[in-house]
Amino acid sequence: MPQINAIEVDNLRFAWRRELPEVLHIPQLEVARGERIFIRGASGSGKSTLLALMAGVNLPTSGEVKILGETINRLGSAKRDHFRSDHIGFVFQLFNLIPYLSVLENVTLPCRFSHLRKHKATESGNSLHDEAMRLLGHLDMAHTDLVHRPVTELSVGQQQRVATARALIGAPEIIIADEPTSALDSDMRQAFLRLLFQECEETGSTLLFVSHDRQLEPLFEHHIALDEINQTPVRSV
Amino acid sequence: MAILSLAFKSLLNRRFTATLILVSIALSVSLLLGVERLRVESRNSFANTISGTDLVVGARSGAINLLLYSVFRIGDATNNISWKSYRKFADHSLVKWTIPISLGDSHLGYRVMGTNQDYFLHYKYARKRSLAFDQGQPFEQVYQAVLGHEVAEMLNYRIGQKIVIAHGAGKTSFAMHDDKPFEVVGILEPTGTPVDRTVHVPLEGIEAIHSDWIAGRQVPGLKLSAEDTLKKNLTPKQITAFMVGLKSKLATFRVQREINDYRKEPLLAILPGVALQQLWDLMSVAENALLVVTILVVAVGLIGMLTVMLAGLNERRREMAILRSVGARPGHILLLVTGESLLLSLVGMALGLLLLYLGLFMAQPFIEANYGLHIPIDFPSLREWMILGLVGTSGLIIGLIPGFRAYRYSLSDGMSIRL
Ligand SMILES: Nc1ncnc2c1ncn2[C@@H]1O[C@H](COP(=O)(O)OP(=O)(O)OP(=O)(O)O)[C@@H](O)[C@H]1O
Ligand SMILES: [Mg+2]
Repeated sequence: MPQINAIEVDNLRFAWRRELPEVLHIPQLEVARGERIFIRGASGSGKSTLLALMAGVNLPTSGEVKILGETINRLGSAKRDHFRSDHIGFVFQLFNLIPYLSVLENVTLPCRFSHLRKHKATESGNSLHDEAMRLLGHLDMAHTDLVHRPVTELSVGQQQRVATARALIGAPEIIIADEPTSALDSDMRQAFLRLLFQECEETGSTLLFVSHDRQLEPLFEHHIALDEINQTPVRSV
Repeated sequence: MAILSLAFKSLLNRRFTATLILVSIALSVSLLLGVERLRVESRNSFANTISGTDLVVGARSGAINLLLYSVFRIGDATNNISWKSYRKFADHSLVKWTIPISLGDSHLGYRVMGTNQDYFLHYKYARKRSLAFDQGQPFEQVYQAVLGHEVAEMLNYRIGQKIVIAHGAGKTSFAMHDDKPFEVVGILEPTGTPVDRTVHVPLEGIEAIHSDWIAGRQVPGLKLSAEDTLKKNLTPKQITAFMVGLKSKLATFRVQREINDYRKEPLLAILPGVALQQLWDLMSVAENALLVVTILVVAVGLIGMLTVMLAGLNERRREMAILRSVGARPGHILLLVTGESLLLSLVGMALGLLLLYLGLFMAQPFIEANYGLHIPIDFPSLREWMILGLVGTSGLIIGLIPGFRAYRYSLSDGMSIRL
């Protein structure tokens, strides 16, 4: 049985609104499971937009987006939201955390919306709390005084690690990271990436990583230059 | 529900503003409920001023005027009615009892009412409660008086005390019947009605103090001592009004018509319940205005909440994008934001109720002592629950406004995080 691809994009077109010009037109894109992909592109070229399409938060104007074999643009909105919470973990650029939740509550947040991830997180017999602590431990964030502090008091790097633990909990098949390192200095960047890779490997997750930082590019085995695969007429910025 | 616990934590994070909103909702709700309770109780107490009396009869004037002077001791009668007419209806075959009353004099601002023993026997207030004596007993002789509770309390009078009655009703009346003082023989228990503010004396007493008076002045040449007066015939020639109890309620309208059609003297018979209702309706404009104001106060509280919620929404677009990314549906976002308003309204209402009862506990003795109004501290009435339900629903509806806004944001923003 051929392995199902993590992501398959077929003749995707997208415009934010009817009257706005098309942002994306991608004839073909495939990402195999377990791959680590580096996505680069100029600012405003549509990287974040592409991720939103893959997550099923936005729908293509035409074409198909298949995630884990499921054509998600054909799902109803409830199913799409569900699918996302079951199978995709996110890390964003900055201020990823819900300010009024504790570190632990932030990490376990996806399990509030996804039974599947809650089930997977507690499969080993661990409680949700233990599993969150385990992940935080891997990211060197399990110190009790850190865990109980309000998230707004954490450093940017610490916040990004908490967000990573949140993306990883319940072992979603796909991890999407949209410039997660842009607020970190270069040493922290390397350390952060090592941890992220390690965790993705452990859970067998596919990693989509968007960054402007060409220095990080060599660390990834696959690269996508959005400007090259995107067929929309180039616009002056 | 998971999302409501998020709403709760989000509010906890904004304790300061949340507390302010809670305080304003709690205060306004307790004000509304307090006014409502006061309204209902004063209406009840008002309707209970007189009970068991089928007809009140006086000289022909307005129904409300008659009710005011005969029951509330407010204002004056335009005319008296003759003793003969009174006796005619007192002896009527359908009439069970009557209470004659004679007004016009006062004691230190309290109205003096001449009547007879039947008053203590038949007069009823509230839900058919009879007058009861706190101390002493009904008057038996001409120069004896029975005080309403407030009169005794305020003037610090005791049994055996001699009091002097002033001619006329004003507080500043200088014409005194000081040659014929009355002895206090009884003090009534509080009733929460104008009875508390009345000095009761026998009809003969009223007659006695006026026996040597003509046209509102004591005539020096006719001056009679208190003892000498007793030898005269003290049957009154006139009274102000009388109350009627009938043998059967079915006869009410018949007797009323007979009295109103009485040829020898223009009389007016009213049904006290109906007149009370009319009087209350006259006052209900003020009552409704008060209610409208308190409703507006609640509305202001809720609009304050709306303002705060809407103002905070833009800053929360990031939070919503994050929630969307972990699987929250736009519906969840709607629920989160609306849930916050709902929680605030519900907790605010609960606090408002608490405040109401606290206030009632503290104010009850004061209101009872000063206004004779007993406000029971019992479970909220159906009407009060309905008011609370209405406030809660308004909170929900108002909460839907920021809720739908957040919903729209979360649809248009998707996961894109904007600052
Ligand atoms: N919610 C939105 N509504 C309308 N247009 C949008 C929206 N979000 C993005 N766009 C537009 O879509 C285009 C692509 O934006 P996108 O955020 O995907 O760029 P990006 O490649 O992620 O840029 P950056 O590297 O700066 O994050 C931009 O022209 C942007 O103005
Ligand atoms: Mg972007």
